[in-house]
Amino acid sequence: MDPADTRPVIEFSNVAYRLNGRADILENLNLEIHRGETLVLLGRSGSGKTTTLKLINALLYPTAGEIRIDGRTIQQWDIIRLRRTIGYVIQETGLFPHFTIERNIGLVPRVENWPADRIRARVRELLRLVGLDPQIASRYPRELSGGQRQRVGVARALAADPPILLMDEPFGALDPLTRAELQREFLKLQTALKKTVVFVTHDLHEALLLGNRIALMEAGRLVTLQTRDEFLTSKEPLVVAYKNAFDLNSNKREQA
Amino acid sequence: MNVWQFVLQNHTEVAELTLEHIWLVGISILLAVAVGIPLGILITRWPAANKPVLGTANIIQTIPSLALFGFLLPAPWIGARADRLAIFALTLYALLPLIRNTYAGIRAVDPAIVEAGRGMGLTDRQLLFQVELPLALGVIIAGIRVATVLLIGLATIAAAIGAGGLGEYIFRGLAMVNNAVILAGAIPAAAMALLADASLGWLQRRLTPHAA
Repeated sequence: MDPADTRPVIEFSNVAYRLNGRADILENLNLEIHRGETLVLLGRSGSGKTTTLKLINALLYPTAGEIRIDGRTIQQWDIIRLRRTIGYVIQETGLFPHFTIERNIGLVPRVENWPADRIRARVRELLRLVGLDPQIASRYPRELSGGQRQRVGVARALAADPPILLMDEPFGALDPLTRAELQREFLKLQTALKKTVVFVTHDLHEALLLGNRIALMEAGRLVTLQTRDEFLTSKEPLVVAYKNAFDLNSNKREQA
Repeated sequence: MNVWQFVLQNHTEVAELTLEHIWLVGISILLAVAVGIPLGILITRWPAANKPVLGTANIIQTIPSLALFGFLLPAPWIGARADRLAIFALTLYALLPLIRNTYAGIRAVDPAIVEAGRGMGLTDRQLLFQVELPLALGVIIAGIRVATVLLIGLATIAAAIGAGGLGEYIFRGLAMVNNAVILAGAIPAAAMALLADASLGWLQRRLTPHAA
């Protein structure tokens, strides 16, 4: 991907996703995600944010409309190739319990036939990058704490240096302190790496902390797409409802 | 004459029949593994085949073994030799636990883990061999264990059609109304079943990955 290219990296045009018989899970979604930005998909459970994410790495296929990644439609991509250019981090990480940390992180490089010493060096480098001691490489996921596992999940997604990163509530299952720590490190990492990140969360604080832009979703529709600053001053009813739920309507709370 | 005296006097024959028994069971298990595990994998990939395959294996399991040996006698090639027929029938009996456990083992793998693998760009083949089968291995070994113990018992009946094995003594003892002879067949068969159960149980525990 050419960094001077200003076209959107990910583009949804009139995308719908339906399951037979049920109401639309996603309807008429139009969305452009730009190079190097962190776009947060915010919404409650069932609002369609995870579905949107899975449409990007072709774990789901749209029933209508078109999705372009780096200018090419999903149909034009070799799906395996596409997925390997997109890092994927999920809640509870989905680490392989029968693989050591080293094999977990090195999985995509290995199936891409990197030489063994290059994989080993890359794993060490990534462990340091996400703030872990490279010595844990030989351990198994069950021997790590939740926060450590989540860091490994991020390292694994970054292994083959994909330009795009999809994160599905990656810090949702962590205790508040560990979550805050990982959020801070994510910001640091993102400043250095400048990936195109799509981040799913239902936590408004997290959305405002991490996102350059916030896409608010409700019942399968994109309600509004705003920058962080626009979002803070927005009078859009659902945005206001969200800010109320998270005690963020500044004038109301000052005197309390 | 008690059973120990009988075994001591006939130790070469006991050893021969024991080896024959192990051979009948061993070959049948190997064949059943070679057929049952691929079939179990197939029905996780092709759900339409799920009911017919498991249903057929289930029905085979319900046929009384003596009757199945009898049915197969007139079958061409298979019925021509007693041991061939016995191995064929025993293989059929071992299929159900193997197919069922392979299927259940793969289906029990955490869907989040499978989806993570898919999302990272593993091919279907890589997903199967690197993720699903290793994680299902404990359950698959449990199926082999059940099948082995089942066949060690069933193989005694193969003696009724002249396929040999420890069942020879059981049928001979029944005909002679001699408990010592019956036990000379039954005790080694039972010991073999216990040994197989314990060793495969150990293997199963060794190869079951711990949950994350």
